[in-house]
Amino acid sequence: MWSIVHKMGSPPWFYGFANMLIRWLLPLVTVALLVGAIWGLLYAPPDFRQGNSYRIIFIHVPAAVVALAGYYIMAFAGLVSLVWKIKMADTAMRAVAPVGAALTFIALFTGSIWGKPTWGAWWVWDARITSMLILLFLYLGVIALFEAYENKAAAAKACAVLSLVGTVNIPIIYKSVDWWYSLHQPASIKFTGESAIDSSMLYPLLLNIGAFYGLFALVVLLNMRAELVANHRQSAWLLRALGE
Amino acid sequence: MYFESFAQAWDMAGHGSYVWSAYALTFAIVMALVVLPVRRARETRRQIVAEQRRRRAQTEAAASAASGEFHAS
Repeated sequence: MWSIVHKMGSPPWFYGFANMLIRWLLPLVTVALLVGAIWGLLYAPPDFRQGNSYRIIFIHVPAAVVALAGYYIMAFAGLVSLVWKIKMADTAMRAVAPVGAALTFIALFTGSIWGKPTWGAWWVWDARITSMLILLFLYLGVIALFEAYENKAAAAKACAVLSLVGTVNIPIIYKSVDWWYSLHQPASIKFTGESAIDSSMLYPLLLNIGAFYGLFALVVLLNMRAELVANHRQSAWLLRALGE
Repeated sequence: MYFESFAQAWDMAGHGSYVWSAYALTFAIVMALVVLPVRRARETRRQIVAEQRRRRAQTEAAASAASGEFHAS
């Protein structure tokens, strides 16, 4: 167990590992996203009440689900960075923030487009939507905080604290549709009990959620690799890896 | 396919503009997420290799200059 942690923290090992994973993930994620989009757009049946506008669900829900899960991953990297001072954890935290922000933005924007024909409004100050907007600000805050410090160790510490404090928001987002009277519909997929969605819509939705998780992993690895290369310009292992 | 024609799929019984614009925006953001870090890493690696070549050329020039001096004396 500890040997894996040590390996993960080693830049030369991680660089090779990331390259290998990226080679596999890139074609896999591309195919999964394309199949998921075509299935959701053209092959899934329309909703009996919302008609075709519900097709936005196939990007809206995966983006939101992965944006929330991604926040926990960023906060966990922050915890590792705070406790063990592993530089790779800072790199991971920094790599997750822009992906999380982009996915949160996709969830908010597609939700807004979906809201217009369904609720009759682009935006409502609803518990679910407002807490999601706070999530976007948390991600943007972490990005801005990293840029604000000259000292990288101090920046990582501040970002770790902010991301850990921000985890309070995640269960609030999950539960917002149950705790408050909300326009937003409750969850269609349930881990316990029967899902409130037909399998002809559930399967493409699950595929898209998987594809977005893959996309998240891919982009985090791409960001970490770019950061590693920039931070190790003089390192012998990188020159060797580049064939110099 | 659920729709009978591409015109129908484009229109989606009036919801087409909402659905297609949501997908188009998501596509653009996803492309940017993937392309930007790939380009950034490629650019940095190009700089590292160029810097390394420049340094090697410098040391080689210095070495040949030094050996030239040796022969002259």
